[in-house]
Amino acid sequence: MVEGLNLALDQAMAADDRVLVMGEDVARTGGVFRVTAGLLDKYGEDRVIDTPLAEAGIVGTAIGMAVYGLLPVVEIQFDTFVYPGFEQIVVHAARYAWRTRGEVPASIVVRIPFGGGVRAPELHSDSPEALFAHVPGLKVVCPSTPEDARDMLLAAIEHPDPVIFMEPKRIYRAGRQDFPEEPPFDISSADGVTTDYLSKARIARSGHDLALISYGATVPACMEAAERLSSERGVEARVVDLRSLYPLDVDTLVHAATACGRAVVVHEAPRTAGLGAEVSSLIHERAMLDLEAPVERVTGFDVPFPQFINEDDYIPSVDRILAGCNKVLDW
Amino acid sequence: MTDSLRIIGRDDLPDNELPEELGEKDLLEIFRSMVVLRVFDERAVALQRQGRLGTYALYWGEEATQAGPLYACSERDWIFPSYRQNAIGILRAVPASTIFAWWRGYGGREGFYNVREHRVGPICVPIATHLPHAVGVSWASKLRGERDASLVWFGDGATSEGDFHEAMNFAGVFKTPTIFFCVNNQWAISTPVHKQTAVEVLADKAAAYGMPGIRVDGFDPIACWKATHDALERARAGGGPSFIEAYCYRLGAHGTADDPRLYRNEAEAANWKRLEPLARTSAYLKRIAVLDDDLESELFADAKKSIASAVAEMEALEHPSLEILFDQVYASRTPWTFEESLRELQSVERPPEVKPLGAQPGPPSTGDADAPVGPS
Repeated sequence: MVEGLNLALDQAMAADDRVLVMGEDVARTGGVFRVTAGLLDKYGEDRVIDTPLAEAGIVGTAIGMAVYGLLPVVEIQFDTFVYPGFEQIVVHAARYAWRTRGEVPASIVVRIPFGGGVRAPELHSDSPEALFAHVPGLKVVCPSTPEDARDMLLAAIEHPDPVIFMEPKRIYRAGRQDFPEEPPFDISSADGVTTDYLSKARIARSGHDLALISYGATVPACMEAAERLSSERGVEARVVDLRSLYPLDVDTLVHAATACGRAVVVHEAPRTAGLGAEVSSLIHERAMLDLEAPVERVTGFDVPFPQFINEDDYIPSVDRILAGCNKVLDW
Repeated sequence: MTDSLRIIGRDDLPDNELPEELGEKDLLEIFRSMVVLRVFDERAVALQRQGRLGTYALYWGEEATQAGPLYACSERDWIFPSYRQNAIGILRAVPASTIFAWWRGYGGREGFYNVREHRVGPICVPIATHLPHAVGVSWASKLRGERDASLVWFGDGATSEGDFHEAMNFAGVFKTPTIFFCVNNQWAISTPVHKQTAVEVLADKAAAYGMPGIRVDGFDPIACWKATHDALERARAGGGPSFIEAYCYRLGAHGTADDPRLYRNEAEAANWKRLEPLARTSAYLKRIAVLDDDLESELFADAKKSIASAVAEMEALEHPSLEILFDQVYASRTPWTFEESLRELQSVERPPEVKPLGAQPGPPSTGDADAPVGPS
């Protein structure tokens, strides 16, 4: 996935000289996860900018650059580091279009490596995506494959509205995927196309017995659970990768729930008021009569993300996902 | 104010030499701008008292800190107001009716303007959060090889905020052409400046960010112009940002819902009022034979006429449609949830039209609600 993200940045910067990258340690180091590696040599220090350690300053100055007419891509080093920049995102990035008659949106991308599973110290493993999905004016997306990472980041950069780009760091380097290197759309005339890449869910596995709905780093776990359901119970689960967390792709979700009659939502973020609650509500509101069982949630817990010695107890495991699936199947 | 830059004399201090760049025409334009701002402000307070605007943040007495710096800017320079400079856009061709409409609770095309078209940032309500935007704009200009600078206004209270520090720090590190214009009116609602900071002179804070800081007489528009002019020249020559502290006093209330009698001695305010910038500038311009009573009356009459027609335009606005809630949240295709929400609203009877709340507690006015209301 890191290579996909790096490719997207490279292609966007090559095609559009308004695009620049800024954040802590993004230039000379190439970012702590190396997502921006090599860009400094190619595009120079005016377009790949190491900033002071100040997230409100990073997001706030990026908003100013966007107002001027540039397309900044901000890297937040780790999930929890975004909290000092939260006000700039909520009060300004999200409202700039609204405050300017829809004419001057804050066209920034805020990339946030998020989630646990990398044995990181305290406060390096949060999943804050629901906080952003709750803020009107933002788009919130999360890829789970290298190809989606490339395509969605390219779209996010050229998209007029501010995009919170959640990057599941646990699967940054999990698995390889071959995909055409050519951008999926013409970067120089991306208007109108980008929304499609930032609003549609993906069917990661077909099936008609159970809808398994997730995003980010828990998608691979859902795929594994689906394979085990198939071999152990002969149940074929349809795995839906949300990709867009706001807006949710309601048609794909409801269609999956209707077709399968059973649904389980999986995410790593805490349960209460998490995206699972929204997905579950949408399905119950629109497909209740097609359901054989209530929608089940398999999520993180309403506790601080634990110290890493316990993180595997917290992150939804394949076994927990299977238990949730069995509960719905046996209801 | 012993070390402040000052051109116009006061009390027993004589006039200092007028900057040679300023001719008669320039001085009159700065004064005219102050008159327009004053007339707008007094009208807005009166309209609020009559229940024709919502709560309003007045700036009576701070016209020098607005008209002076603005006149030093070129038309290409970006300016970022806080709510205390809410009407500054009208000097950059934003219709005054738009600003009135914003205070009357309108959004959309009625209450907001295109910041890129006017190079005037949105009226910033939260404290100090627009400072990074001003830095970003001027930084982008520099990165693109342009000469556009930015100027951002904020108060003494804003210097306590983290965004102030981060913006000043970025500007210093990247040497952005940014002018930080701090209006030290000594009060943040009820909190006096000595409870915001342990520093005596706010301009001293500039040193911590590697930029020059200067204190000017905030009731003197020419001093405000001069400091800004010099800072812009330095910025355009690649010298980076500057911090200007305009030392003055908040002669009015924080806003129309505030009553300063609860927390400060109004005799102190009355004492400062001797220095209020319109009367002081008028006297100065008459002293140097740039202005006379007839021309002054004409400037006020013109301003009152244009502000009156802006009020009429604002009051002629129709109640906004329901679509206004959803139309301009995104620049891209509207999310599906909006259609559903609009349908829900359309399926029930609409609540009656909202009216501003009308007269609220505040400092005593002069009585007649139609008369100009200052902190007299």
